[in-house]
Amino acid sequence: MFGLTALELARIQFGFTISFHIIFPAITIGLASYLAVLEGLWLWKKDTVYRDLYHFWSKIFAVNFAMGVVSGLVMAYQFGTNWSYFSSFAGSITGPLLAYEVLTAFFLEAGFLGVMLFGWNRVGPGLHFFSTLMVALGTLISATWILASNSWMQTPQGHEIINGIVVPVDWFKVIFNPSFPYRLAHMTVAAFLATALFVGASGAWHLLRGTDNPRVRTMFSMAMWMVLIVAPLQVVIGDLHGLNTLEHQPAKIAAMEGHWRNEPGAGVPLILFGWPDMAAEETLYKVEIPRLGSLILTHSLDGHYPGLSEFAPEDRPNSTVVFWSFRVMVGLGVLMLLLGGWAVWRRWRGTLYAQGWFLRFATWMGPSGLIAILAGWYTTEIGRQPWVVYGVMRTKDAVSNHSALVLSTTLIVFIVMYAIVFGTGISYMLKLVAKGPHPGEDDASPRDLSRSQRPARPLSAAPDNLDPSPY
Amino acid sequence: MGIDLPLLWAIIIGFGLMMYVIMDGFDLGIGILFPFVKDREDRDVMVNSVAPVWDGNETWLVLGGAALLAAFPLAYAVILSALYLPLMMMLSGLIWRGVAFEFRFKADEAHKPFWDKAFMWGSYIATFSQGLALGGFINGFEVRDGAYAGGFLDWLSPFSLFTGVALVIGYALLGATWLIMKTEGELQQRMRALGRPITLAVLAATVIVSLWTPFVHADIAARWFSLPNLFFFAPVPVLVVLATWALLRSLNGEGHAAPFLLALFLLFLGYTGFGISLWPNIIPPAVSIWEAAAPPQSMGFTLVGALLIIPFILAYTAWSYYVFRGKVKPGEGYH
Repeated sequence: MFGLTALELARIQFGFTISFHIIFPAITIGLASYLAVLEGLWLWKKDTVYRDLYHFWSKIFAVNFAMGVVSGLVMAYQFGTNWSYFSSFAGSITGPLLAYEVLTAFFLEAGFLGVMLFGWNRVGPGLHFFSTLMVALGTLISATWILASNSWMQTPQGHEIINGIVVPVDWFKVIFNPSFPYRLAHMTVAAFLATALFVGASGAWHLLRGTDNPRVRTMFSMAMWMVLIVAPLQVVIGDLHGLNTLEHQPAKIAAMEGHWRNEPGAGVPLILFGWPDMAAEETLYKVEIPRLGSLILTHSLDGHYPGLSEFAPEDRPNSTVVFWSFRVMVGLGVLMLLLGGWAVWRRWRGTLYAQGWFLRFATWMGPSGLIAILAGWYTTEIGRQPWVVYGVMRTKDAVSNHSALVLSTTLIVFIVMYAIVFGTGISYMLKLVAKGPHPGEDDASPRDLSRSQRPARPLSAAPDNLDPSPY
Repeated sequence: MGIDLPLLWAIIIGFGLMMYVIMDGFDLGIGILFPFVKDREDRDVMVNSVAPVWDGNETWLVLGGAALLAAFPLAYAVILSALYLPLMMMLSGLIWRGVAFEFRFKADEAHKPFWDKAFMWGSYIATFSQGLALGGFINGFEVRDGAYAGGFLDWLSPFSLFTGVALVIGYALLGATWLIMKTEGELQQRMRALGRPITLAVLAATVIVSLWTPFVHADIAARWFSLPNLFFFAPVPVLVVLATWALLRSLNGEGHAAPFLLALFLLFLGYTGFGISLWPNIIPPAVSIWEAAAPPQSMGFTLVGALLIIPFILAYTAWSYYVFRGKVKPGEGYH
């Protein structure tokens, strides 16, 4: 297909399926914790606003979770179907980490999800809250294991290679590999931030349409507090993560910065924009700020860090792509900082919920967290090429022996299927958001006969009757 | 160290896959039975009877994959790349079906029939593909230099097509008996009536697979029909006949849970039969669990977690089933 090799097609297929997948767990991680907070506030303050918000977001969570599960199932099998040489070579490390993720996280989520979504009237409030907490905990444990695995592939240690396969010799070193703490913090905070932006945009959209009630205000306000706190935190974590990457994967940093060679006696400039040309080994049309690159990455005005030309051509990641994906992420991060600051300013002025450009901006920022997550992952994953296990196994040696024809066919099937399935799912999520949180929103109760008589449920989450819960 | 790690892991993975087969078996069976139930409200009851638990059921499949990668990376790499097409079909079936759980309640009226079809076809495709994979697995894979050396369609044979159909029938039995337990009234009566022909079809499929497998594979025939093995393994077919007879009786009777329990037992016996045929190979016909084992550092590390955590998983899974015990009423349940 399009003259692409089997390796390129396998990479595109993996990139495509995991890009779709990551959106859902990111929202799952954020929403699960948000739901735990909402249910805790409901039990503590007995303010029905929190209960109504809980039921509203749990329906969106359910749709999102189902999509996360089925798209994740594909990932668990794709390592073997498409990357069999990687699996037989490094499965002794990634396998146990994945197995621990399933044992400690997936079952926890799945086991308590049923009660969380369907059990509001079947168990007591304490047990129900416990179930929500277990689901939220499961999402965080899941992130921990899979990021340990990914980070080991980025900065491998604690292993030896015996008879051509990876053998773990120190599991503590394998799990707590150098990039793991930074990646875990960066991704978890990214999930919280993306969810806060999504929730905030939902609130802003309702406020713009004139749906102004305590529920909409509460969720908007909570989201804006979250953005205010978490966006700057993410900048700090991102900076630390970058320094860690410079130490362990300098070629990735050079590619991200479009930095080809050091000039003796001068600091490294920060290239704001430009077009890294891999063939010419030069960043064209660049707009740069002198010495700022040194300042950010070496914390001195004339420090040097390796340029991409210092690496052998076959060891270079594609600078054109990661230079730009990195700038998309950072640019959106700056806008998130701006949103958080603007919100606190409006709050101080007492105009947080007032119509105007601020609410429009908050609405547009809805998908920004997810786009930034994707851009960030493209940066780190394309930036570690040509390695699948950094410095240990090349991506081209990891791929299964499928023909380009087979891979093109399945890729097209995946694209069409994902477009229909997840396109529809996302549209349902947005429809649920558009319904807005209603008072007395509750699960259909087994003992509530008036509702059990309905022949079929209409679209939606919102119940027909707006009476408060029968209890 | 005296612990036979590959053996323990083979048992754990075997247990995990069995949990998957019987648990996702009945909820896939719900989709397989959709063509026999046209009424919207009945279909809602059917789906709602598994809605709180299907996700947990499917997690056993993820455990199977992850544990195989952890304990037998070579088997994971060979089997999954050899079964590329059926596994991709299975995954796409599971995707359509999984999202349909949510979507068929969220769609507007015009699109509901589409998601009902997605649920049904997804269940059929996923189950049939699993059966194809099973048949391909029994037929074995060509391995050279630690990698799969066969072709893209090696798994395809009359035998694997038959195991595909057989698994559809088997899951339909689990689904029908599950619904006898979880529903009442007309829907339950319907399932009792459907249960009888499905049970006979399961028996027929079991007999055919049991004869076909040793007929094609001499080593499997030797395993079953040589002495003294014949005496050790004879209880399996005898129990199959007895369980089928008891199941047919319970379908006629008043029991609510008995048909489901007997159907589980029947599937378990079939599963045991495969285990006997293939032991101790993890990549049939020639690679044993000891030859494909991961380094002991990997197996041991994961074993600690598996032995500590699986009991908790079983406990809270059982609790979740307990919370949702009893009959599912129309209109009850969800959203």
